[in-house]
Amino acid sequence: MSNSVGAVRPQTMHFDTPLACRSGAVLDAYDLMFETYGTLNAARSNAVLVCHALNASHHVAGYYAADPKNVGWWDNMIGPGKPLDTDRFFVIGVNNPGGCFGTTGPASINPRTGKAYGSSFPIVTVEDWVDAQARLADRLGIARFAAVMGGSLGAMQALQWAIAYPERIANAVVVAAAPKLSAQNIAFNEVARQAITTDPDFHGGDYYAYNVVPRRGLRLARMIGHITYLSDDAMMEKFGRSLRSGAINFHFDVDFEVESYLRYQGDKFSEYFDANTYLLITRALDYFDPAGACGDDLARALAPAKARFLVASFTSDWRFAPERSREIVKALLDNRADVCYAEINAPHGHDAFLLDDARYHALVRAYFDNVAREIGTEGTA
Amino acid sequence: MNASLAVPAIAGRADLGAIAAWVAPGASVLDLGCGEGLLLNYLKQSRDVRGYGIEISDANVLACVKNSVNVIQSDLEAGLAGFDAGSFDYVILSQTLQAMRHTEEIIMEMLRVGRQGIVSFPNFGYWPQRLQILRGRMPVSDVLPYLWYNTPNVHLCTLTDFEDFCATHGVRILERIVMQEDRRIRFAPNLRGSVAVYRFEKN
Repeated sequence: MSNSVGAVRPQTMHFDTPLACRSGAVLDAYDLMFETYGTLNAARSNAVLVCHALNASHHVAGYYAADPKNVGWWDNMIGPGKPLDTDRFFVIGVNNPGGCFGTTGPASINPRTGKAYGSSFPIVTVEDWVDAQARLADRLGIARFAAVMGGSLGAMQALQWAIAYPERIANAVVVAAAPKLSAQNIAFNEVARQAITTDPDFHGGDYYAYNVVPRRGLRLARMIGHITYLSDDAMMEKFGRSLRSGAINFHFDVDFEVESYLRYQGDKFSEYFDANTYLLITRALDYFDPAGACGDDLARALAPAKARFLVASFTSDWRFAPERSREIVKALLDNRADVCYAEINAPHGHDAFLLDDARYHALVRAYFDNVAREIGTEGTA
Repeated sequence: MNASLAVPAIAGRADLGAIAAWVAPGASVLDLGCGEGLLLNYLKQSRDVRGYGIEISDANVLACVKNSVNVIQSDLEAGLAGFDAGSFDYVILSQTLQAMRHTEEIIMEMLRVGRQGIVSFPNFGYWPQRLQILRGRMPVSDVLPYLWYNTPNVHLCTLTDFEDFCATHGVRILERIVMQEDRRIRFAPNLRGSVAVYRFEKN
């Protein structure tokens, strides 16, 4: 595995200070799972926080020694010599509260009851996550990030960082973003949530006690989500109308390859992802709307931001289309913020932000070269 | 030739030098078709200008990022819908006007978004070009280096044509510099000048 950060080990940080959530609920104490790659420099100025989107975790790059196939979700972007170069930057991935990869979430035991939180886990928001991430930064001794970076829901966290902690973020890398969900985006989320909550195994969110998982609902949720991550063209290119057995069989089982693919994705996902986490994260997406508190004026919402911005969108992304990124760019421009905006002509839809596209990676690389130059990490190994 | 007539070039281009000299220090600038961002970079360094470029080409957007110049990837032909009226001191269009399809629209958009507009373009009335037409051929020169079948230029004009356009479109010309290479041309500019730079505002 050339230019991989290699075998990595997740870490846990425990927090005793209660996290006051926007919902009014309070998370008394919690653990955050995180991973780091590269070395924090003496000035502690080369840290980059990478925020995850709906399905992902703190495992951003590298692999686990015991499970070499478990490669980080943004491994093509992050590593030695990669666009976000771990020879220069100290990169942090963190699993957000409510997650299901070791961070305190609905499947964790609530110390007050001795049972899994389940339906009683607080509804968490992007703002809450960013607050939790800031506390992790405090504990790691990072006063200011060289950059906060994310795609999709991760990009929303980067935006929120720029708004909530303007002094603590020098650059925001905002990829495949939207400043808030559209009615259609929320509608897809609602269908996914309904699939989960109407599964007889859901038990109002407290399925842990019954030793079951609302697997059918999760499968459906993932299948619906997956369709929105791909473009019509990408799906046609990948599957066309190819038939599994070469002929149609006049039944309702799998005929088309695309059906087989979606079922496989759904099955795989339902084996490792927690249904309550899926509900929470889709809700965090729905609720994110920084302009909402500013009379729907995104420019006013972004007025506190002091970071420089790289904003990138993908032409075939219909989930968060380029127009949505342009809303962000317009608001930044109204504030005379420094911003570079690229509209990458890529066919893969929303998922393009995770893929290795030469133009996209060259852009991120060039941007981080400048960030490295500013903090003087050029040539440090 | 009199040295005082020479216009200092930026990135080898005298028209950019002339444009930069007009931009007031500390102003806000939108550079349409900003290329690699060389003018904006110069204005940022030397005049403390807050500038943004618009570029359609992936390679130029990447170059702007490398040059630490603010850039927005967008197609000028679609107008400047994302920009508020009066939001910039200057909107600049250098050596691009002649390649625009929607010429009238972009000039009007420049004056909607900017308090002033600045354009530079090759003067089609430059005498060697007239001579080539008299000889029965489409002109090819250092400022018009293309052949008829591969030129991106669709709206070429002379100084007189542009000034007529301004008169009929409510555009007031504030300043004009005509050059041949880096030399200012004052006498018979429509004949002797190869490149023109204009600064203008709404009437």
